[in-house]
Amino acid sequence: MEAFAWLGRRVLDWVEVLGRGTVFLARVLAGLPGAAARVRDLVRQIGRVGAESMVLILVSGLFVGMVLGLQGYNMLVRFGAEESLGLAVALALVRELGPVVSALLYAGRAGSALAAEIGLMKTTEQLAAMGMMAVDPLHRVVAPRFLAGIIAVPLLAAMFSAVGVLGGQFVGVGLLGVDDGAFWSQMQAGVDLRDDIANGIVKSVVFGVVVTWISLFQGHDAVPTSEGVSRATTRSVVWSSLAVFGLDFVLTSLMFND
Amino acid sequence: MPGGAGPLVLVEGLSFQRGSRTVFDSLDISMAKGEITAVLGPSGVGKTTLLKLIGGELRPDRGRVVVGGDEVHRLSRSRLYAMRRRMGVLFQAGALFTDLDVFDNVAFPLREHTRLSEELIRNIVLLKLEAVGLRNARHLWPRELSGGMARRVALARAIALDPEIVLYDEPLAGQDPISAGMLVALMRQLNDSLGLTSIVVTHDVEEIAGIADTMHVLSGGRCIASGPPEEIRGSAEPSVRQFIQGLPDGPVPFHFPGPPIAEDLLGMAAGGPAAAARA
Ligand SMILES: Nc1ncnc2c1ncn2[C@@H]1O[C@H](COP(=O)(O)OP(=O)(O)OP(=O)(O)O)[C@@H](O)[C@H]1O
Ligand SMILES: [Mg+2]
Repeated sequence: MEAFAWLGRRVLDWVEVLGRGTVFLARVLAGLPGAAARVRDLVRQIGRVGAESMVLILVSGLFVGMVLGLQGYNMLVRFGAEESLGLAVALALVRELGPVVSALLYAGRAGSALAAEIGLMKTTEQLAAMGMMAVDPLHRVVAPRFLAGIIAVPLLAAMFSAVGVLGGQFVGVGLLGVDDGAFWSQMQAGVDLRDDIANGIVKSVVFGVVVTWISLFQGHDAVPTSEGVSRATTRSVVWSSLAVFGLDFVLTSLMFND
Repeated sequence: MPGGAGPLVLVEGLSFQRGSRTVFDSLDISMAKGEITAVLGPSGVGKTTLLKLIGGELRPDRGRVVVGGDEVHRLSRSRLYAMRRRMGVLFQAGALFTDLDVFDNVAFPLREHTRLSEELIRNIVLLKLEAVGLRNARHLWPRELSGGMARRVALARAIALDPEIVLYDEPLAGQDPISAGMLVALMRQLNDSLGLTSIVVTHDVEEIAGIADTMHVLSGGRCIASGPPEEIRGSAEPSVRQFIQGLPDGPVPFHFPGPPIAEDLLGMAAGGPAAAARA
């Protein structure tokens, strides 16, 4: 009985948070046109969230690509198909690892920073002060960061995949002796613009929206204390990661099921 | 006495709770246009809360707040924002934007709400900063300011748009006697030269009595006295006298409500750890 009551409370809490999050999102979306019009601020925010994650993304992409080259080669060479290494590495990156891993890294690096920043602005009453100056903080502060995240995440995913392919080529061609021409031509022939690249972009846009939304919402919903902000920061990473994995499954099954 | 054109801010039957604690219980206050109204009361009585209710940041449980004829808590968001544009608020802690320097903090409302040229904005900002004695601190960042300086920058920001109503939350706390005197004079001067209505929340009775037109004393969630400063200071009402004269004993408790100290301390001695855990 106790357990049921506990479960019921948790579910109700959840529904409530989801409701608040949706209202929050609707108000932020209403602020997007204004955010897009403030080009300077937007570029600054993209630079911030992008630059914060870029080095991490590039280094990780390189290593992931190298591992893919190694593992892919070991697998393919058994069937004498090591010429297809370029295709295998590129598909794995463009369809899955690029969007998913870059979104996870973005959540840990930039998303948590967004949650902390918004949470602290709330704690120090900066958001309330802005509201009292008749400037909606959701439009002025949150919307530009949201838009910046949506733009930055697909770019980061593209960089991740590009560097990953280079990593795979370095290992496959440079170290393991796969033919360079075959590596690239198989890749070019096999990667489909719509099925693979466009779907990969759709994924990372969705991840960008969801991770940035969760992070900003957690910051805005934080209990205005130091502990509250620290919890919001942690929670933004936990929820973002879960959302990325869950959505990746849903999107993959919708996109690549034929 | 200037103004006197009827109430600009009207608080009627206002009740407000924080959790299980009643902050206001059917509070009535009216604040006249063109006057400086001081709201006095001990720490924790709900002065900041009252300002947040007037500005529409918090919702009352019962009763209403009317500003310039509009019932604040019935306004749509856009009408509420239109009302706030005519209002300047000095937050108790300043609430400066930490990613903007002093100049940009004061320029913020001008840039958001006007289409003035940068040159004009610069002139206005420098004048406002001059008025609070911080023109030469314009390049500093909020983290480089003392508490009193931050509050004065926040005041410059609150009056940047020449609002009709200014809400001051403890403008004098943390100010040295010179800045306090200057701020008091500034509040009076702003009020008279711009025809503002000022609402000042404070517990600094002496400083504010010199400039206020009307004073209200809050206690126990209600307004226990209202009137011109001389009348309030001469009041025979024991709880008003206690607060004005700063006497430790009297009807206004110094302590946050709850069980007496004997119960907290002796309860532990008598009942052991179990009783302590209950407390
Ligand atoms: N966020 C909050 N959650 C719960 N209770 C609160 C909150 N903010 C204030 N309170 C309670 O509301 C009451 C009034 O607080 P308020 O800040 O309005 O006091 P105040 O009169 O401005 O005091 P001071 O002179 O110290 O600034 C206090 O008893 C406080 O405990
Ligand atoms: Mg206060």
